[in-house]
Amino acid sequence: MKPGQRRLMFFAGAAGLVAFYLWGLLGLPGFGNYPGPYGPAILRVAVAQTQATGVVSAVNFEYRGFDTVGEEFILFTAAAGTAIVLRMLRGEGERSPVDEARDRDAPPTSNAVRTIALLFTGPVVVVGWWLASHAQTNPSGGFQGGVVLATAFILIYLAGAFLTFSKLSPTDVTDAVEAAGAGGFAAVGLAALFTGLPYLYNYLPLGQIPGAVSSSGTIALISFFVGLEVAAAFLLIVSELLEQTLLIRHGGR
Amino acid sequence: MQVFPFIVVAWIIGVGLYGIATSRNLIHQIVCLIVVQSSTYVLLLGVGYVTGAVAPYFYDVPVHTPAVDPVVQALALTDVVVEAAVTALLLAIAIQAHKRFGTLDPHELAEFKG
Repeated sequence: MKPGQRRLMFFAGAAGLVAFYLWGLLGLPGFGNYPGPYGPAILRVAVAQTQATGVVSAVNFEYRGFDTVGEEFILFTAAAGTAIVLRMLRGEGERSPVDEARDRDAPPTSNAVRTIALLFTGPVVVVGWWLASHAQTNPSGGFQGGVVLATAFILIYLAGAFLTFSKLSPTDVTDAVEAAGAGGFAAVGLAALFTGLPYLYNYLPLGQIPGAVSSSGTIALISFFVGLEVAAAFLLIVSELLEQTLLIRHGGR
Repeated sequence: MQVFPFIVVAWIIGVGLYGIATSRNLIHQIVCLIVVQSSTYVLLLGVGYVTGAVAPYFYDVPVHTPAVDPVVQALALTDVVVEAAVTALLLAIAIQAHKRFGTLDPHELAEFKG
């Protein structure tokens, strides 16, 4: 198909989309007048029921906890899928990890990048753990904290040390941490079944002070496990992609 | 009725889809898909917005302060995770396509079979 035809088809389709979108828009409650039953209902009871002041975390790890198990396993599956798609193919071999560009020499990592990356590594780890352990308090949680934690390792790579990066995050350990994170979440839910409670029931003591780090029972615990899972999954995905550019040579072409 | 946020949503979907339809590079197409998906964040947060309300966090405001809908915000979080997963897989597949066929142009790739 020629680019012109392609564009024409796109605009024909887009016209239909716009028509249906406008039609749908007419049925929406106006911006700022949200009347939905679920949000207000949860806002009325969430803090009293869970002792968590972060109601979004309470929704994610308590009211919609079962969905979040699935969500976490989506990421788990994606990490596994990336590893499978990027497995070493026939005729590919590893070589020493050197940055390179096709038509010029890759410049060496500058001291400025190296210094800043290493300076940030420590604080980033602290912020990551802080986020992963404060889901019940404020707009943080395992997902956000996990991504920030993974960033710490990527900073080490940016500092110009792929070997240090792969030494600090060996695939075996990262795999184990990812499994522990994903399995931990599921296990927290399963533990409720053994005492005759529903799956993912919040059976831990909720604490007295809403929003305290020790409050909210399983919400805080699940957030911790999610943090482990997300950090490990992102590290696996990033190191798979890095290995492609750094270690694996094009096969026999 | 205040519709401006929903027009922004439509615009973001539109530019993203246009990019996917006309792009000549797989990586660029993946970025366009991320743009399309980011429209859903605006839509979700726009649907749940309540005029004059605070964010659904009650650490330093009284518990029954009017707040925006926490359910759509939680859904937006799910949305971000799914996007990250989809992007990772698509990038991996793009790498393999480039290795096998030596091109990232979807028009040229369409001519290859298998």
